[in-house]
Amino acid sequence: MSSDVTKSDVLTGADLDCSPRTQVDPRGPRFGAAVTTIVLALALIFAGSTFGTVLIAWQTLVFALGAIVGLQAQPYGIFFRSVIKPRLSPPAELEDAAPPRFAQAVGLAFLVVALVAALLGATVVATVAVAFALAAAFLNAAFGFCLGCEMYLLGQRLLHR
Amino acid sequence: MSGVWIVIGVLIAATAFGFWNRWSSGRIKQTAVPRGLSGITPASDDDPLADIESDPVAAPVGALVTVLDGRLGERATMVQFSSAFCQPCRATRRILEEVATMVSGVSHVEIDAEDHLDLVRALDIRRTPTVLFLDAQGIQRKHASGLPRKADVIAALGEIIPGGPEDFAI
Repeated sequence: MSSDVTKSDVLTGADLDCSPRTQVDPRGPRFGAAVTTIVLALALIFAGSTFGTVLIAWQTLVFALGAIVGLQAQPYGIFFRSVIKPRLSPPAELEDAAPPRFAQAVGLAFLVVALVAALLGATVVATVAVAFALAAAFLNAAFGFCLGCEMYLLGQRLLHR
Repeated sequence: MSGVWIVIGVLIAATAFGFWNRWSSGRIKQTAVPRGLSGITPASDDDPLADIESDPVAAPVGALVTVLDGRLGERATMVQFSSAFCQPCRATRRILEEVATMVSGVSHVEIDAEDHLDLVRALDIRRTPTVLFLDAQGIQRKHASGLPRKADVIAALGEIIPGGPEDFAI
């Protein structure tokens, strides 16, 4: 077991590379989910206002960077690595980057719907989409539960007949 | 300010779900209708599991028979379904591999759920990791979804393997 940890610790430097096998400090995505929770909660509270729409647009951009470019480009992740991580002890264990990156993609899907709806003035649709994203982000932040990842297999079952 | 109430409602619902999931995830449950998954003919009368044999046993699932061919443990098999975007799959693999090394005659077979979607549908696997516990005859006796605890895995094997835990070479 200890050799396992040592082996993956060597990969810490690989944070910047985002091949499917990339390992990340699990506290990074967890921190990102906490910030996302706050941003989305504010977006719900200010739904229908310009400020609410700006928050949705910002979070859409954050998810797009995390999902399309990779976790290394995700603003909250950058903040975690440059400001918070240096003050923490090394992680007990690293995790695969693929699940949190997939979670960013699921978040992006909801936020794109929310952003389009908000821009078209469909506040109810935007609110529902943001509410789902908020629930997922909160579950990730508070419980380390990746809702998108859990739904992945069901999605595969439905998509590939 | 209805947004505040929506936020509160979402957070309460998500918290309730989170605690329920933490409680239920990884719990090993008795399979209500044991399924024959190996294609091996159920054992004869002198089998120690004869009492369990009176249970209705569903027909073998063809695709799994092929996957398990030659990989069935002598006394029990833990079949783990995993997928690419699965956080607890790695930890589950580590625990099951450890137990398989520790308990003789027990094997661990990991199946990529995405590569076997027909099988996943036939067995109604909904999330990963899902672990099926098969007895020596390849009949599914127990199952769990989510990361199981090592002690629970050992206890479950103790119930599946004839002779029980005393028979373990730990």
